[in-house]
Amino acid sequence: MPEFQEKAVLVRRESISAEIFRLSLKAPLITAHARPGQFVMLRTGPGRDPLLRRPFSIHQVLADATLQILFKVVGQGTDLLARCQVGDILDCLGPLGRGFSWPEPGRHCCLVGGGMGLAPLYFLARRLQQSGMASEEHVVLLGGRTREEVAPFEEEFFTLGYRVHVATDDGSMGYHGLVPELLPDVLTQPYSVFTCGPLPMMRIVAARAQAAGCTCQVSLETHMACGLGACLGCALPANGKKKYVHVCKDGPVFDAGEVAWPQ
Amino acid sequence: MAAISDGSPDLRVEIGGLRLRNPVMTASGTFGYGKEFSHLVNLHRLGAVVVKGISLEPRPGNPPPRVVETSCGMLNAIGLENVGVKCFLDEKLPWLREMKTKVVVNILADSVEEYGRLAAELSGSDGIDALEVNISCPNVRKGGVAFGTDPAMAAEVTSSVRSHTHLPVIVKLSPNVTDIALMARAVEQGGADAVSLINTLVGMAIDVHTRRPKLANIIGGLSGPAIKPVALRMVWEVSRAVHIPVIGIGGIGSAEDAIEFLLAGASAIQVGTANLYDPSACESILDGISRYLEEQQELSVRALVGSIRCGEAE
Repeated sequence: MPEFQEKAVLVRRESISAEIFRLSLKAPLITAHARPGQFVMLRTGPGRDPLLRRPFSIHQVLADATLQILFKVVGQGTDLLARCQVGDILDCLGPLGRGFSWPEPGRHCCLVGGGMGLAPLYFLARRLQQSGMASEEHVVLLGGRTREEVAPFEEEFFTLGYRVHVATDDGSMGYHGLVPELLPDVLTQPYSVFTCGPLPMMRIVAARAQAAGCTCQVSLETHMACGLGACLGCALPANGKKKYVHVCKDGPVFDAGEVAWPQ
Repeated sequence: MAAISDGSPDLRVEIGGLRLRNPVMTASGTFGYGKEFSHLVNLHRLGAVVVKGISLEPRPGNPPPRVVETSCGMLNAIGLENVGVKCFLDEKLPWLREMKTKVVVNILADSVEEYGRLAAELSGSDGIDALEVNISCPNVRKGGVAFGTDPAMAAEVTSSVRSHTHLPVIVKLSPNVTDIALMARAVEQGGADAVSLINTLVGMAIDVHTRRPKLANIIGGLSGPAIKPVALRMVWEVSRAVHIPVIGIGGIGSAEDAIEFLLAGASAIQVGTANLYDPSACESILDGISRYLEEQQELSVRALVGSIRCGEAE
């Protein structure tokens, strides 16, 4: 799989809410090779503090050699990125890692996103839509803390033609509760489930998918230094012969059964 | 070694019998087994690739979290995860030795005998140009720490490796000692052809909200720009204390950083953490050294080594 280091130009900066941002980066080589579920490593600036790149799943690729990342400001790196201006140049590595495996033809898909975990699912949804199967055969479940966090994305998935169900922690939109609680009513047939979000959420999604006889792919996140499989810093406990998997190279997308879920 | 006649500066260096086309090497543990960077770095340009530390048997490494960012640096407690010598020879080396760069294999073990066996096993293979002996990794409770902090033990490990290989032997020194020059002299007497320094400085970080250490291993090795002044001082001290060549390591991210180490007495340098945040670091350092030599009207990079001017300014 080819990987590139590009000087990406920030061509659009959207402030979705006070703390959620979407950046569009012109990176022709990375964009041309990106697959849903893969990620990029971005430097937040030319200085040495913060030192390390930050990993972001690819949220979408657009026709004009542009890719998007979606993030909430959670620390020093995301704060710096949120302050970037159109025309700024960001050093970008990608596309990295193993993305989502394509579902079998004719298989109905269920995409379950929690918080910013919806980011890679939108890229997947776009590609599924282009693959020919009617979008209303698939279902998208989105969870978040508040309406403000979820509503803009509910609209975007809806516009693609998907059936969308929402759950919010405060009940300000859709179901009042956690998104995995929607699954028993939805998984009425052997769906291909794709999920990304907080680890406790994905653990429940994986368990419910298995109980319903569905396959389940999970997109994981962890501390990462290189993103290239060199430093071996991004290990997580594996469920199998190997003791650990490495999120950057073995993943970030795994079959739910490959992961040793924390109890 | 005569200067090259095309007018460009001569970058070649020799490190205890290891001849490099230039002084820029990758530091062990930051460049995998080379192939991980093959899409992003022109490996043919590098002086040498030092591979991830190899042990006799595969090691799974430490539980996560294994890395945490700190101010201008990072802490790691990878725990010496590696594929083991058999897999390295069967699956990793055949690809790497086709590259037009020198291959240095970093080795680690739990006992003096194991170091010797490992050296012997690797020395029977084509495509390995030198061994670098890790006596200083701070992450595993048994083994590493004792060898790297006790001069007699360090010398014993060096002798064991020396007697089991015909390859140049580089010993990588730990900075977690009171007198690193003492350690350097000990391994020189043990038969080392060169020393490389520094390995990571032991450190830690705590999450104040959970009151838990940020690394599962509690302590880890600090690397990156934060450690450069310490590394530079140690390279300067060691290069005045031994007669064998010194390889400078520690927070090198730019050509200027690299040149500082050469001026302090290093004959070559290794780029470590910088590979992780900027895969193009080695190549830009190499370009920068060439430019500096031209600006300074030096014909050879060897003229820089140890040329620090310490007396009163003229």
